[in-house]
Amino acid sequence: MQVEVDVPKCVASGQCVLIAPDVFDQRDEDGIVVLLDDSPPVEQYAAVRESALVCPAAAITVSER
Amino acid sequence: MATTDPGVPVLSMARDEGAPLDPPRQYEGFRREAPITRVSLGQDAPTAWLVTRWEDARAVLANPEVSTDLTRPGYPARTPMTMPPGFFLFQDDPVHDLFRKVLTREFMVKRIEALRAPTARIFDGLMDEMIAQGPVTDFVEAVALPLPSLVISELLGVPYADHAFFQEHSKVLIDTTVTGEQKATAQAALGDYLETLVQQRRKEPRDDLITRLGEQVDAGTFSARDAADVGAFLLFAGHETTANMIGLGVLALLDHPDQLSRLYAGQAELATAIEELLRYLTIAQSGLARVATEDFSVGDTTIRAGDGLIIMLNSANRDETVFSATADDLDLTRSNARQHIAFGYGIHQCLGQPLARMELQVVLPEVFRRMPELRVADGHEVVYKSHAAAYGPAFLPVSW
Repeated sequence: MQVEVDVPKCVASGQCVLIAPDVFDQRDEDGIVVLLDDSPPVEQYAAVRESALVCPAAAITVSER
Repeated sequence: MATTDPGVPVLSMARDEGAPLDPPRQYEGFRREAPITRVSLGQDAPTAWLVTRWEDARAVLANPEVSTDLTRPGYPARTPMTMPPGFFLFQDDPVHDLFRKVLTREFMVKRIEALRAPTARIFDGLMDEMIAQGPVTDFVEAVALPLPSLVISELLGVPYADHAFFQEHSKVLIDTTVTGEQKATAQAALGDYLETLVQQRRKEPRDDLITRLGEQVDAGTFSARDAADVGAFLLFAGHETTANMIGLGVLALLDHPDQLSRLYAGQAELATAIEELLRYLTIAQSGLARVATEDFSVGDTTIRAGDGLIIMLNSANRDETVFSATADDLDLTRSNARQHIAFGYGIHQCLGQPLARMELQVVLPEVFRRMPELRVADGHEVVYKSHAAAYGPAFLPVSW
C-alpha cells in the first residue's frame, strides 16, 4: 500500500490522526497533516483506508498493488 | 427562487409520534423515491433542493461550486440573515480559510487531549453540585449546558473570575424563551467583553487562544472586533451543540441499557460508541444550507447556479445503503459508524470535532458510573427542541 497526502487540501479535521495515529500526525504549528509512514504495514491497511474515506477534504490517496 | 409553487412540498422537521430520537420517517421515502427533490422552506418562503442520501450529501458538501455565504442570492433561508466575518462558517474562501487556518492548531488532536483532564474536573464539579442538590434536577441546566461553556472558557482563556458572567450571557443566547432584544443585549455584552479581553492579552500575552487571536490582530490579519467575533463564534458553535449531544446521548443510552457496557470496554470501543451516538442522533436537524455558484450535477439531477440546497445530515446518517438495514438501530459496536457526517463534510466540516468527541468520551461513561440508577424522573416529561436548528432536550428532568 502506498499512501499520499495532498497537504494544501488538508483542513485539519484530525480524523486520520484519531483513526491511524501510526500513519498520520498533525504539524504542531497549524494542525495540518503529516504523513508518518507512506508504505504502512498490513495491519494498518484498514485504518488507512478508513482515514482516506472519511477525510472531509479528500486529501488522502491510497494506492494498492 | 422566491416563488411558492403549490406543487412543491413544505419541508418539515417534525418527528414522528413516539420516536423523539429518530429523524422524520418521511426522509426514508425521499431517500428511496426522490433523493434530490424540490422542497419549500415554508409558506411564501424560497424553495431549495433537499439532499437526503449520504453519497449525494458528501458530493454536494465537497463541491467547490457551492457556497455557504448566506447573503448570496438563492441561499435557502426563511428570512434574510447576516453574520460578521468572524462567524467564518458562513464565509467562502479565501475569508473562510484565513480564519480557519488561524484556529486549526487550537483544535489539534494533541492539544484537545491536554484538555481531557480539565474537562473531567469541570464535569466532576458539576456532578458534585447536582448530586448535592438532589433529585429531581434538570440535567440540561445542571450539567449538559454549563460543561461545554466552561470548557470553551478554558480553551479561550476567559479568566475563572469571569466564568459566571460568560456563562450567564451565553445561556441567554440560546434560550428560546427570551426576546430578540435580550439576545442582542447578551450578544453585545459578550462581544464587548471578548474584545476587551483581546486588547488586554495583546498587552499581557498568555498561553491561550485569545492571546493568539490578539497576535493576528497585531499582524494585521484581522481586526480586534473580528477576533472577538471568532471567540463568540466558537462559543456559538461549541456550546449548545455539545450540550444537545450530551443530553440526547444520555437519553439514547437510557433507551439501550444492554449496550452501556460498551462505554467501559476500552478506549477504542468507547470511541466507536461515541461515533455511533453522533451518527444515530445527528443533532443538526435543519440540515446544512448551501447555494450553487455554478451549474453542476449530483446523481441524475442538474443543479443550476443560484439554486439553494438543504443537505439533510440526519437523513444521510440513516442511509441504509451505507449503514445497512440496521441504519435505524443504535449499535455501539457498528464498524463503520465513523463514516457519519454529523459534523458535516468538505472544507467547512466542524473544526471543533476533536473537542466534541473528547467531551462526549469524558462525560457519557462518567454519568452512568456516578449515577447507575439514573432515569427520567417519574411523573416528569422530557421537553425537546422540536423547532431548533440543533435538536436536543430543552428540559431533561432526572432522578438517580
